[in-house]
Amino acid sequence: MRAPEKRKAAAAKGTAFINARLIDPASNRDEPGGLLVIGGEIADIGGHLRRNAPEGAEVIDCQGHVLAPGLIDMQVFTGEPGAEHRETLKTASLAAAAGGVTTIVVMPDTSPVIDQVALVDFIQRRARDNAVVRVHTMAALTKGLEGREITEIGLLKRAGAIAFSNGKGSVVDTKVMYNALLYAKDFGALIVHHTEDPYLSNGACMNAGHVAARLGLPGVPKAAETIVLERDIRLVEITGGRYHAATISCRESLDIVRAAKAAKLPVTCGASINHLTLNENDIGPYRTFFKLRPPLRAEDDRAALVRGLASGDIDVIVSSHDPQDADVKRRPFAEAADGAIGLETLLSAALRLHHTEGVNLTVLLRAMTINPAKLLGLPSGRLEKGAPADLVMFDLGQPWVVDRDALRSRSKNSPFDEGKMQGRILLTMVAGDIVYQYPEAPRG
Amino acid sequence: MTSAAPIAESTSFPHRHLLTCETLTAGEITALLDLADKAAEINRQINKKRDVLRGRTLINLFFEASTRTQSSFELAGKRLGADVMNMNVSTSSVQKGETLIDTAMTLNAMRPDIIVVRHHAAGAVELLAQKVDCSVINAGDGAHQHPTQALLDALTIRRAKGRIAGLTVAICGDILHSRVARSNINVLNTMGARVRLVAPSTLLPAEPERFGAEVFTDMWRGLEGVDIIMMLRLQRERMQGSLVPSVREYFHFFGLDHEKLARAKPDALIMHPGPMNRGVEIASTIADHSRSLIREQVEMGVAVRMAVLEALARNLPNT
Repeated sequence: MRAPEKRKAAAAKGTAFINARLIDPASNRDEPGGLLVIGGEIADIGGHLRRNAPEGAEVIDCQGHVLAPGLIDMQVFTGEPGAEHRETLKTASLAAAAGGVTTIVVMPDTSPVIDQVALVDFIQRRARDNAVVRVHTMAALTKGLEGREITEIGLLKRAGAIAFSNGKGSVVDTKVMYNALLYAKDFGALIVHHTEDPYLSNGACMNAGHVAARLGLPGVPKAAETIVLERDIRLVEITGGRYHAATISCRESLDIVRAAKAAKLPVTCGASINHLTLNENDIGPYRTFFKLRPPLRAEDDRAALVRGLASGDIDVIVSSHDPQDADVKRRPFAEAADGAIGLETLLSAALRLHHTEGVNLTVLLRAMTINPAKLLGLPSGRLEKGAPADLVMFDLGQPWVVDRDALRSRSKNSPFDEGKMQGRILLTMVAGDIVYQYPEAPRG
Repeated sequence: MTSAAPIAESTSFPHRHLLTCETLTAGEITALLDLADKAAEINRQINKKRDVLRGRTLINLFFEASTRTQSSFELAGKRLGADVMNMNVSTSSVQKGETLIDTAMTLNAMRPDIIVVRHHAAGAVELLAQKVDCSVINAGDGAHQHPTQALLDALTIRRAKGRIAGLTVAICGDILHSRVARSNINVLNTMGARVRLVAPSTLLPAEPERFGAEVFTDMWRGLEGVDIIMMLRLQRERMQGSLVPSVREYFHFFGLDHEKLARAKPDALIMHPGPMNRGVEIASTIADHSRSLIREQVEMGVAVRMAVLEALARNLPNT
């Protein structure tokens, strides 16, 4: 996926995207124009480049399609190291590139758990050698993700860990969480926390409520999420540590985060694309591809999350890409693994919110570009001079149907399989290199 | 062989007990340090024996293991002529379930003049002091106070720098659990030094700035331009668990090494109350550095305790 030699030769003169609809949530730009890439960075941008590419530059005619910052997905599970049969950094990055995602943050839930400096280094080196998009490491907040001892946050951050997470589990011990927030604050480290009370969720496999009751499945009450979220925010209040609720799933959580923000606490939150576009009814006849953690909630929760996104209370959309193979998915619902892949469908699924629910395109993209960039301290996620040339070009209207066999992820557990999408990624660029191009993409 | 003269003639220390540094005045501290200076001189002579405590009984009551503090008090008492008894708590009735107050009453019935107490619970020494008729010296109660350590540190600083007022002293490490830190903050503040606390937030008490200190969670910045670096011991049990992730990380960010030492003034001096964890809070070469006052501190420990014993003895009833 590296740039061909002839393109490298032209690199000095750069690549010019002309005739684009530039959308940059960071600057609230949404206007016709063009963008010039030189040496892996955005060299120029604006209306003056709409028709006129600088002489000698390679020209890409966007034909009026959207050109936006490449997406940043801050919750991606892979199988590397330890479960490469499900996903490697390479396959995840290929899926990301096809989804317009130029930066992925990989989660520490691997085998071994990413809780040591040497393992962060391993991920960074493997990614450098194999991945086609930028890969950052979310390191474990506690050793072995066991929730008992905090990890070497200072040394891990120095080694490149971009944030700290307890993976798919909450830190149950309140004192440990308190100390983690306190300790992380000294290093300016962000804690990204999955909020789930394991006692309430123990044995449960979907949202508690009538659907679960009818299906005869044990349910997880929303309180499993809100109890931990409330607790964490109390701890943020006394520690001042930076806190991001990884994926909230219900209206009540949104209210809690909103109140914390109103109190000027350093609290942000994310939601997965699944929870914004699907609900518990999609489980239908025990479809395990819709078995997620947190579980898909009721329609009014989903609608509340969409409103929260539109209002800016939900800061980040993640794919929560979680590859699981048939072995662990093709089982009775209660015994099947949680998780869904989502990198490749992230933007297209998100565009459903624009097309059918009227979410403003800038607002939508903000949650996948500048917001995660700011949270993680990344220079990307914006269209401005000097920023990395991490870009996505997409056709806002083009319809397509998801075919899981065509997905690049090594695992095929997509809840959007056979789903009708409107909005097609045409081109993905990372650091000035084209890493994905839709076959029919217009080229100059 | 023993001289009848006390170490010094005058003292202005009108207290029966020494339980905390919080209430000591600059005048009282100065008087004790002056007295201790003289004791230090005597301690360097061949004949170290005085008899200001002749006939007096000193009991060392240590509920927590201690080598240097206990032996330091023992020597101090003996050099002043007292009869010194060390209560070994591991073989005492405390192990048989006796309460602290019953122990105090039992000891009190033996008519000691001074009891030196160390206890793992904050406030225990004060409780004991309320129940006995003699003087009580706090040799460390939980994470609360260890007055003679702060006084010996003050003496060491004053002898090395000629003054305490105006110096900037960084106290580094496990402030949260440290009685040494609390006592030192009191004494140094009272004596006009500027105190900095340097530690990860997990090892700082709540609202640390209210101790009258500047707080740093970045040691490189915290040591910038300081005159004195006071390292604290990190107890092994703190290294596991959620306060500090590992020895490696702790040493990297909060251990005193040459790189961090270079941030301090060129003539900055290094202190440690002991026992040291080499390679945890202090690099081995720093502990043995020419600017290290660590051995001096031990020497001054005996002198300060002699001064405290003498000062308290003057207030004991003489009939």
